[in-house]
Parts: sequence; structure tokens; C-alpha cells
Amino acid sequence: MMDSREYILDNIRRNTKETFPKPDLNELCNNALKYDNIVGQFCEIMTQVGGRGVVLQQGQDVNDLIRELYPDAKRILSTIPEITCATENPDHDASPADLDGADLAVINGTLGVAENGAVWIEQKMKYRAVYFIAEALVILLPKHKIVNNMHEAYKLVSTGEKGFGCFISGPSKTADIEQALVMGAHGARDVTVILV
Amino acid sequence: MSTQHSIRAEKFLADKKQAEWHDETLWLVRAKRDRLSKQVPEWEKLRDAACAIKMYSNSHLAELLTEFEANAVKNGAIVHWAKDAEEYRTTVLDILRSKGVRHFIKSKSMLAEECELNPFLEANGIETVESDLGERILQLMHLAPSHIVLPAIHIKREQVGKLFEKEMGTEQGNFDPTYLTHAARKNLRQKFIHAEAAMTGANFAVASTGEIVVCTNEGNADMGTSQPKLQIAAFGLEKIVPDQESLGVFTRLLARSATGQPSTTYTSHYRKPREGGEFHIIIVDNGRTGILADAGHRKALNCLRCGACMNTCPVYRRSGGYSYTYFIPGPIGINLGMLKSPERYSDNVSACSLCMSCSNVCPAKVDLGEQIYLWRQQLDGFGKASKEKKLISKGLRYVMENKTFFNRALKLAPVANRMPRFLVYSSLNKWGKGRELPEFAKESFNQMWKNRKIQK
Repeated sequence: MMDSREYILDNIRRNTKETFPKPDLNELCNNALKYDNIVGQFCEIMTQVGGRGVVLQQGQDVNDLIRELYPDAKRILSTIPEITCATENPDHDASPADLDGADLAVINGTLGVAENGAVWIEQKMKYRAVYFIAEALVILLPKHKIVNNMHEAYKLVSTGEKGFGCFISGPSKTADIEQALVMGAHGARDVTVILV
Repeated sequence: MSTQHSIRAEKFLADKKQAEWHDETLWLVRAKRDRLSKQVPEWEKLRDAACAIKMYSNSHLAELLTEFEANAVKNGAIVHWAKDAEEYRTTVLDILRSKGVRHFIKSKSMLAEECELNPFLEANGIETVESDLGERILQLMHLAPSHIVLPAIHIKREQVGKLFEKEMGTEQGNFDPTYLTHAARKNLRQKFIHAEAAMTGANFAVASTGEIVVCTNEGNADMGTSQPKLQIAAFGLEKIVPDQESLGVFTRLLARSATGQPSTTYTSHYRKPREGGEFHIIIVDNGRTGILADAGHRKALNCLRCGACMNTCPVYRRSGGYSYTYFIPGPIGINLGMLKSPERYSDNVSACSLCMSCSNVCPAKVDLGEQIYLWRQQLDGFGKASKEKKLISKGLRYVMENKTFFNRALKLAPVANRMPRFLVYSSLNKWGKGRELPEFAKESFNQMWKNRKIQK
């Protein structure tokens, strides 16, 4: 008996009567939407997607800013050495379930996208859950790491050593009950991108 | 002459207020899509590119799927192939059984709906929990989705409130969507943590990297796959795309088309299993390879499952998802149903006014309206053409081909204008059911010409 793999591939070969060429996307990608004020656009779109973009001012301490934005956060996860307001290194937890109940996670973003407020997160920590399980999320992103659109973004991102990456654009949301928009379906209810 | 669709639509329309809400709400989603798409000057070029990438991918499936497989295996994933729904279901069950899984958490997958996975797993003793809020509500109500992106669009907040009182112990009479959503968040959080395996579908499978891309707003796919160590992802084989470059095109189109957002909140790329975990990928055919040979309909495989064709469809908005007999409603559902079984699902092809709005909003340029028109031409061949309509057409043909008869009919037509309604719209006039006759002109063009009322 032929196995399913061969059966499917055979069917494909038999039924493909006509082939179409791979399109050249260069022109489209090179002439896609661009912004004059890329940082301003990024912060504006962050508001539109339900989050916020904040530029860290010169001389301002990032820990002070986080404290100011999240005064009630008690359990703060982070693996970033500079984040001294963190209360817990999630890499030291025994299982991802132990992360449940965290108020805030502070993580690094690799790349931001001005057209949609998405920030690429490449997994560096032990648990993927850190990016999703806390009530609020702070993403630190270098200002010069914002690109215009997804074409530019996909040229630069990869899932890295651990084989997981994710674009996050604002807080988790749903409108499944009568199309009423609610923040905080399963992931973070509140997202701040701090541009450093 | 009544089709299943028109019979069920009548039921949907009986609740006038709800029907109006449904129509207006989906139109708002369509309007948001318009607003967002117009912010992108190259929008139409993006649609062309998406269509061209899909035409390329779906005509190079053997190469791309084997490339995907080789890369996925290199990444440490285990790849399975399933030729039909049954093999897909048993593959999932075998994986779960081999690890002794009793609690299973799923994120939304139209493929799972298509292959009726949940009832099968439940019958085999595996607790299967949907984690998308809309899907979870429907699962607890024992109902099917009525829209592919907004599955519970037909359910009212009061119904959700009463359901959650019973299932999650929420406050009596509290129907606030924010309160109810956060109650579900809390309740499902425990399900995520206690599941021994999680499953997702896929929006895209990338051949050049062997990774699966899943787009959600809720983050349920990620909450699921980041707790248990066993992860399963299954996709219909037309979800394959060649490379990351093509994702740039699709991700710009998907959320703008679906819900009028610039991006879904989460666009997750799964390439490797979690540390100490297992990652199984199931590539599913279930009739798709048969569609490849059908030049008139193979473009249906371009579909990204964004639901834009439903939101824009005047018939879908005014008849609701349950009026269609195939599990996917709206323009794309009409076509996919016919591709699955024209004998079983031909009742849906009349649920279309041929306004072609669907073809004009589809981000991957599936020629939805044109395909529905094609199916209608073929209905007689399936023995599914309406006998009464055929009789009317035959009669009309006689009138049109016979000059004397035609002129006499034309002269008589204005009589219908003054005839009492009950006579014109009697049960003999099947055409007049749900339709309004136009007012006939008192004088025909022919007559006017002869009387020199028309100047050259």
C-alpha cells in the first residue's frame, strides 16, 4: 500500500496541469509605504492598537519609568540585567506554569514596525510563556530599530537558536462578545513599548 | 423552488432586530477594512502579489511541501501526512495517546472544524478545550461557528452571560463583555496550565524555513503552546508559502482585510519544539489536491480565511452563517462546499446576488462571484437545477423567440401594475417570493419608436 505522503505527492503531480512563475516582489517591497517621522508614526500606531509607545528621555532611568507606568506591579519578571526593578528571573522558575500570576514582564524587542506597531520578539529566555502570561508587558526597543513596513521587517527577523519568534502589536484583545472590543483576552492586557 | 438557504434565511430574518444588528455590525467591519486598506497606497499591488504568490505556490506544491518537510525535520519537528479527514483525526489521536494526554487545548482551526476533530477526540476520552473566546462560547453551547473569523457573531451578550453563570460561576445578570471576557481569561488560564498538549492550525507554513505561522488577537495559540511540552500544528496543504519574503505581503493584507486592524496582535513563528518538548506537524490533503486540476475553481485554494467576503456579502449579512448548508458560509463557503460535493451543497449557490463585491475585497483575489456564476451554469449537469425555474426559462424562451407572442405579452405587462398584490404574488409566482416586480412601462420602446416619440 502506498503511504499517504506518496499518495498526496502523486496526486499533486498528476493534477498540476499548469504552472505559474514566482513573482518578483522587489518593486513592490522597495516602493512600499514609508514614513518621514518613523518614531512618531510608531508611537501613534501603538495607541491605535491599544498600547503605548514611550520614548525614554535622556538621563531618565528606565526602571523609574517602569515604576511610574506600573506603580501597582508587585511581581515583575525579567532576565535583563539593567532591569533592577524586576523581582524574579523567569529562567530560574521550575515550569512555565509558575509564571502565572506575574503582574509585569519586561523583555527586549528586536525590531519595530511603523505601519502596524508590531515588535519582533525572538525567544532568548527559557520559557516562551514569559511573553504572554503576565498581566502587562514592557518591551524595550532601540529607537533606530524601527522599520517602515513588514517587507523591510521580514528581511531582518529570524526565530534564532530557540526556534520561536513572534510579532506583538499591542495588548491581547478580543471582540468575540457582540463585537465589543475588550483588552486582555489571554495575553497581556496592557503593552508599553519603551523606545531607548 | 425554495432552497435550504432561503428556508433557513427566513428563520434568521424572523428576529428583525437581531438580523438588522448582524447586517450593520458586519458592514462596520467591512467599512473598517476599507479605511485601513486605503491607508496603504500599494494595496491593489499587494493583492496582485498575494494572488501571484498563491498561484505559484499552488502550482509547485510537491516541491514546496517536500522542502518544508526537510526543513521541519532539520528543526527537530516530526512531520505527518494525512490524505483525508479520518487520517488527520487518527494521527492526532495517536500522538495524544502515545503521550497519555487526557487534557488537550486547541486554538481556532478551520481545518479541525472541516475534519470534525473535537467530537472524535471527546468520543475517545480526551477532554478537548477550545481556547479562542468565540469558539469556547460556542463549544459550551454545543453550536458551530457562524463566521470563520467572528465565530460567535450571532450570539448575544445575555446568552453568553447566562452560559458563564452556569459554566464559570459569574455574577447573575452581569452581561458586560469586559467582565465576561476576563472571567473566561481566568477560567481558561487553568485549562492552559493543566493541558498536557496544545494544538494550533496554521495561517502559513513557510517552505524555506520549515516554520508554522499562526495569527491571533487573543494570544490563545501562544498561551496554549507555551505551557504543555507537546505541540501539534496541522494545516491544509494550500497554506504553504515559499519564504519569509512572501509573509511580508500576506501579513500586510490579512488583518486589514479580516477585521480592519493594521496587524493581528500576535503573529507567531513556530520553528523548533520547546526545550525538552515535541513538535508534530500534520500536512493535510482532504480533497485539496483534487481541486488543483480544476482550472475554473482552483483559485479557491488562494483563500487566506480572512472572512472579508462574508462581511461584504449582502446575502450573508442578511441571512447569517447558519443559513448555508456547508460549515463555511458566505461566498468562499459556497465555493468550497461545491468543491467538496456539488450534490450535497448546491443549495448555497443561489445565496448570491452576483454583485461581485466579494471578488473585489478578497486579498488573494479569489474570483468568488465568478466561480459561483460558473457553478450555476453547471447545476443542471448535477441534476440540481430548480424544475420550476427551468419551466419559467423555457416559457420565457418561447416568448422571446416568438415575435407576435412577445409583442402581445409586452402590451399586457402593464396590467400587472394595477393587479392586486395577492394575485401577482400568488403561490403560482414562485419568482415573486422574496422579490419585487419592477413597474412595467405603459408603452414599450417598440411602440414609442413607431409613434416617433424617440428622436434619432
